[in-house]
Amino acid sequence: MNNAMKQAEQIREISGVNPYKCMKCGKCSASCPSFNEMDIKPHQFVSYVLNNDIEALMQSESLWKCLSCFACVERCPRDVKPGKLIDAARQLVVRQRDETYLSPDEIPELLDPDLPQQLLVSAFRRYRR
Amino acid sequence: MQRIGVFVCHCGSNIAATVDVKKVVEMARLEPGVVHAEDYQYMCSEVGQAKIATAIHEKHLTGIVVCSCSPRMHETTFRKAAEKAGLNPYMVEIANIREHCSWIHKNIEEATKKAVILARAAIAKVNLNTPLKAGESRVTKRALVIGGGIAGIQTALDIAEAGYEVDIVEKTPSIGGRMSQLDKTFPTLDCSACILTPKMVEASAHDKITIYTYSEVEKVSGFVGDFTVDIRKKARSVDMTKCTGCGVCQEKCPSRKAPSEFNRGLSTRSAIYTPFAQAIPNVPVIDREHCIKFKTGKCGLCEKVCQAGAIDYTQKDEIITEKYGAIVVATGFDTIKLDQYDEYAYSQSKDVITSLELERIMNAAGPTKGHLERLSDGKPPKNMVFIQCVGSRCSDNRGKSYCSKICCMYTAKHAMLIRDKYPDVNVTVFYIDVRTPGKNFDEFYRRAVEDYGVNYIKGQVGKVAPQPDGSLLVQGVDLLDNKQILMKADMVVLATAIEPDPSVRSIATMLTASIDTNNFLTEAHAKLRPVESPTAGVFLSGVCQGPKDIPETVAQAGAAAVKAIGLLAKDKLMTNPCTAKADELLCNGCSQCENVCPYGAISYETKLINDHGVREERRIAVVNNALCQGCGACTVTCPSGAMDLQGFSNRQILAEVDAICR
Repeated sequence: MNNAMKQAEQIREISGVNPYKCMKCGKCSASCPSFNEMDIKPHQFVSYVLNNDIEALMQSESLWKCLSCFACVERCPRDVKPGKLIDAARQLVVRQRDETYLSPDEIPELLDPDLPQQLLVSAFRRYRR
Repeated sequence: MQRIGVFVCHCGSNIAATVDVKKVVEMARLEPGVVHAEDYQYMCSEVGQAKIATAIHEKHLTGIVVCSCSPRMHETTFRKAAEKAGLNPYMVEIANIREHCSWIHKNIEEATKKAVILARAAIAKVNLNTPLKAGESRVTKRALVIGGGIAGIQTALDIAEAGYEVDIVEKTPSIGGRMSQLDKTFPTLDCSACILTPKMVEASAHDKITIYTYSEVEKVSGFVGDFTVDIRKKARSVDMTKCTGCGVCQEKCPSRKAPSEFNRGLSTRSAIYTPFAQAIPNVPVIDREHCIKFKTGKCGLCEKVCQAGAIDYTQKDEIITEKYGAIVVATGFDTIKLDQYDEYAYSQSKDVITSLELERIMNAAGPTKGHLERLSDGKPPKNMVFIQCVGSRCSDNRGKSYCSKICCMYTAKHAMLIRDKYPDVNVTVFYIDVRTPGKNFDEFYRRAVEDYGVNYIKGQVGKVAPQPDGSLLVQGVDLLDNKQILMKADMVVLATAIEPDPSVRSIATMLTASIDTNNFLTEAHAKLRPVESPTAGVFLSGVCQGPKDIPETVAQAGAAAVKAIGLLAKDKLMTNPCTAKADELLCNGCSQCENVCPYGAISYETKLINDHGVREERRIAVVNNALCQGCGACTVTCPSGAMDLQGFSNRQILAEVDAICR
């Protein structure tokens, strides 16, 4: 298994999402309040994962534009929930930094006025474990 | 000792590609009782069957094992072939080496090993088989059709035309069903009522058809050819023999606040009502929940104005018991509830409607007399948005996993009709896929796009938000342009998923007909027996079996009728001889088998028994062979091992298990 496949596998594992269930209806992108800010749109996340193109996802601005509002998670008719994929990609980025992920002490200096608070809450929800 | 012949089928390459059939033949020869074994390319063919007949004559066979496909496919074929050659048909056993073996395995060695084991088990069983004789039961020459929509009407007409009596049971006050609520029908755009009403009239005028409206099936007993059904005729409070259908009672009725079921609650109706003008029978019913007379004891206006003296407040529900040979289920569908889909604001705005509601709005007899207008303020809409697949194709637990099939076409129809009648209205359709397989269907959809300028956008709508100015803000996506879309609409129409009418659950239970996880009735075979239920004598017509449009429903209704006629045309039916039988010496009279029998086939008798010289009266289980379906529930329940299934005795099954484990 090459690195790209390994990363895609990781995304699936972290998110618990089966991207094959997607029927490409686009309801996620239709629901997304940050759609216009994103370079990779929510519905495209699914095909990036399917194509093992995780590097591009991890470089994507979209990770930090997602508000974690979970509208796409709530409304996805196929239980694919792109928000969870985005969340997982975000976690991969953080994991790559070092093994201790994110320490709460680092947060203040990472804060930037444009960063939505909800993202922080969502991040803590995930990384607290 | 039996003289057994084993016949191994190649099924072309279906079996032979994965199973070494020669090896199976070779190994079968070594089994006890086997005096003949051979293989052939297609055992079910005429040549294959002739091989079986020849072997029966030449080798004086007393039993046969055919290693081939599932017994559901060709057991009957081989039993008939054996019977023709003079063998009792129940001396034939099938070893399923296709579905249970070659189709599910890839490794030839392993598959061959399994095929040999399956053959060995079947041979072990035949060694213990005894000839069985099928009994006979009578056929009542009358059919019951449950549901009076287009499916039920068509089935009833076809059965009646063949000369048999048919009863239609319809729970609402009129026959007609969903089709009577539709305005126009695709792809020809003919008026739904114009093509349905003549059929309704024909059914009601037919001397072989009896229609019970405002009635429900209450109890079903019996079995194929001889069902006994209780039908509850709900109290109409109007004497059908006296009513002339003048309609004065409905005009004068002071209670006018009941939601009209026919108009999907978009308008109100009187408490005494017929659902629509062309209702059949044209006899109103009193909705006792909304009738002032029934609620307060005062009023009685309808009785006063009725010239015919037909109003009868004292009428009670009546139970009719009738016998039937065949039952056709045609219970139809409803749209799903939308309370799980808050994002579309259906419950928040009157201007977000379902397609069936739009159908009523477009209809001249509907709540707006056929004028396209917003239900909130009566204004004509300028921008309309249609959203497809609302609740269809969902694998979350809010909607239905299946495609509702009819929505793509009726949405194209609605869009086209609106653009035709109101050319200044902009129509946008958000779709995931446009599915139009059907004669002239795709052409129809293309006409909406090319000739009528309907704007089709590939993508879903995420949210519909009612605005303070009364408009609706639609947030969707155009996946082909990769753009999010925000547009204002005056009306939003939801192509709501359809589901089987909720009544089908209790009806399926009464009929012991199986339903799937979506409450659609299951066919006996998805491809080859699509209009029959696995329960003998029960047939399926219309959407109760799966989503379908009107032409498909009518075609299936005819097919169900033919199957019912095929049954009614017989004077007698052969019954399955594989029924339960109690060993009188072992039975201890505990009644457990009687309690578990789903067919009511077991009763108890007090009988004089001679138990090895001890003569005494004992309470003993007796099986009615005509009712027993051979399910085997009693045999596993019986604590003393007295119950056994003929053709599937405990000894036979254990012999099979032994053969497999050997």
